[in-house]
Amino acid sequence: MSSTNLPPATAAPTGRGAEGEHEDLTIRATHPPRPGRWLAALVAGLALVWVGWSIAVNPNLHWDVVVDYQFDAVVLQGLWVTIQLTVISMVLGVLIGVVAALMQISDSRILRTAALAYVWFFRGTPLLVQLIFWFNLGLIFPEFSLGIPFDGPKLASWSTNAIITGFVAALLGLTINEGAYMSEIVRAGLKSVDPGQQEAAESLGMPHRKVMLRVVLPQAMRVIVPPTGNQFISMLKTTSLVSVIAGADLLTVSQRIYLTNFEVIALLIVASIWYLVLTTVASIGQHFIERRFSRGYGTSVPLDRRIGSNLLFRRRRSADRP
Amino acid sequence: MSAMVEAVGVRKTFGDLEVLRGIDMTVATGQVVCVVGPSGSGKSTFLRCINHLEEPQAGRIRVDGELIGYEEVGGRLRVLPEARLCRQRQSIGMVFQRFHLFPHRSAVENVMEGPVTVKGRRRERAREEALALLDRVGLADRAHHYPAQLSGGQQQRVAIARALAMAPKLMLFDEPTSALDPELVGEVLQVIKDLAADGMTMIVVTHEMGFAREVGDHLVFMDDGVIVEQGPPRDVLRSPRHDRTRAFLSKVL
Repeated sequence: MSSTNLPPATAAPTGRGAEGEHEDLTIRATHPPRPGRWLAALVAGLALVWVGWSIAVNPNLHWDVVVDYQFDAVVLQGLWVTIQLTVISMVLGVLIGVVAALMQISDSRILRTAALAYVWFFRGTPLLVQLIFWFNLGLIFPEFSLGIPFDGPKLASWSTNAIITGFVAALLGLTINEGAYMSEIVRAGLKSVDPGQQEAAESLGMPHRKVMLRVVLPQAMRVIVPPTGNQFISMLKTTSLVSVIAGADLLTVSQRIYLTNFEVIALLIVASIWYLVLTTVASIGQHFIERRFSRGYGTSVPLDRRIGSNLLFRRRRSADRP
Repeated sequence: MSAMVEAVGVRKTFGDLEVLRGIDMTVATGQVVCVVGPSGSGKSTFLRCINHLEEPQAGRIRVDGELIGYEEVGGRLRVLPEARLCRQRQSIGMVFQRFHLFPHRSAVENVMEGPVTVKGRRRERAREEALALLDRVGLADRAHHYPAQLSGGQQQRVAIARALAMAPKLMLFDEPTSALDPELVGEVLQVIKDLAADGMTMIVVTHEMGFAREVGDHLVFMDDGVIVEQGPPRDVLRSPRHDRTRAFLSKVL
C-alpha cells in the first residue's frame, strides 16, 4: 500500500496529554511532487483508453455475434464440460497428490521411489503429449480385461477405444498430470510443519494416521491452499488443451462453431469471457478458503471479533464453543 | 515404594556421535527427579527415549513395569505394534521446551485433542474437563485464545494442561522454562510445583537450580552421555563430589 492511501488520522488528539495542554499535533503533511509517477500514470491511462477504443469501434470484431453466442446452448454445454473436467480432475489430482506426497515422505524406499518416478515422468513430459497418448491408448492396449494378471485367464474384456472417449482421455490426462504437480505442493506443505508438532501429537499417544490427519495436514493446508487455488485457476484454462482430442470442452465447441460460420475471433471472445468469469469466481472462492486455513496464525485480534468479520464460517466455529 | 521408571544401560548414537553412553536411572512413584547438565550432555535425548520419541540402540526402559517400545517374545525383542506403543505413550505426559501447541486450535481445543482423538471421549465432556484443567493452570479466561495470542508462559501452561488431559502416570518436562522470558518462568514453575505437591511422578530436565533444590527429591547431573553424580538436590548442589559437577555448577549458580 502506498503511503498516499493511508487513512486520515482519526481520533485526532485533542490536546490533553499526560503533561497537560498541547496544541493540535495531528500530522497533515503533503508529499513532495512526483512528476515521474504522474507521467507513468498518464501514459498507462492513455494506452488503456486507446486499446479500449480500438476494440470497441473495430468493425472486424463482430460484437453482435459475440452477444448471439454468449449464451448459446452448445457453448453452455461446452462450458459445463470445462467445469466438470476442472472440478473432477482437480479433486482427483489433489487426492493423488496427497497419496504421492505421503509416499514420498514414507520410510519405505520402494514407496518413495514409486512416487518419485511418477512425479518425474508426469512433470517431465508435456501435458499435450500425455493427452494425445491417453486418447490413443488403444494402440498399445487394444483391450481391457478383468482376470489374472500376466496373461492368466480372463473373466471379461472390453475394447479400449470404447472406454477411452475424448472425455475419459481428457480426465485421465489432466488428473494424472495434476496429481504429479499437487504431490510437490503437498510435500512442500508437509515439510513446512514444525517436526515438533508431530512429536507433540505422538507424545499424546496419537497413532500416525491421526497425527497426519488431525495435526500435520491441517497445518500444511496453510501452505498447500494458495498454490492449489492457483492450480485450480490454471486448470480452468488448461482444460482448453483437450480440444486437440475432441474433449467437447468450451474451446472445442467454440472451434466447432467457428469452423462452420467462420466467426473465429467472435467465438474466441465468447470462450474468453466465460474463462474470465470462471477464473474470477474461483479467485473469490480462493480468498475465502485461504482465510479459513490461516486460522490461528499471525493475528492478535481476539477470536470473538474475528468471528464477527468471518460470517461465512461462523456456524462451524460457534458450534465448538460452550 | 515401587519404581515408576526403571532405565538400564540406555545407549543412543546419532551417526558417529554417542549421545547416551549407558544410562541407569530409577524413579520411584511420586518422586520428582531433576536432571541437570551442560547442553549436549544427552539429558533431552534420554527423556525422549522414555516415551520412545527416540529409539535407543541399547538398554531397557520400563515405565510402571512395562517395557517401552518393545516386547519380549521367546527371549527376543520385537518392536511393539503401533497401537500398543500409543497406549504406552498415553500414560506418559510430555512438555517440550518450545511448547509445540497446535497453532490451528484454541487453548481449550489443544487440551481436548488428546482425550477426543485418542481416548474417544465425547466432545462436551472433554471440553468440560479441558476447561477445568485450564482453570487449574490459571488460564480459564484464555480458553478460546489461539496459541499465537498467548504469552510464552501461558502457552507452556496450556501445554502442561494438554499433557495432563491424558491423565498420565508420569510427566516428562524437557527444559520447560528455557524458551521463556525471565519474568514468565515463575508462573510455569509454580504449576509444576503444584503438580509435585499433588504427588505426580516427574522427570524434569532443567537449568533452574533453585527449582531443583526446592521441588526435586533427587538430582541427577549428566555430562557427555553419562550420569556423573546424583543424590539429594541439596547435597549435590552444596557439596558436589566430582570436578565436572563442580565446574558446571560454578557456571550456573
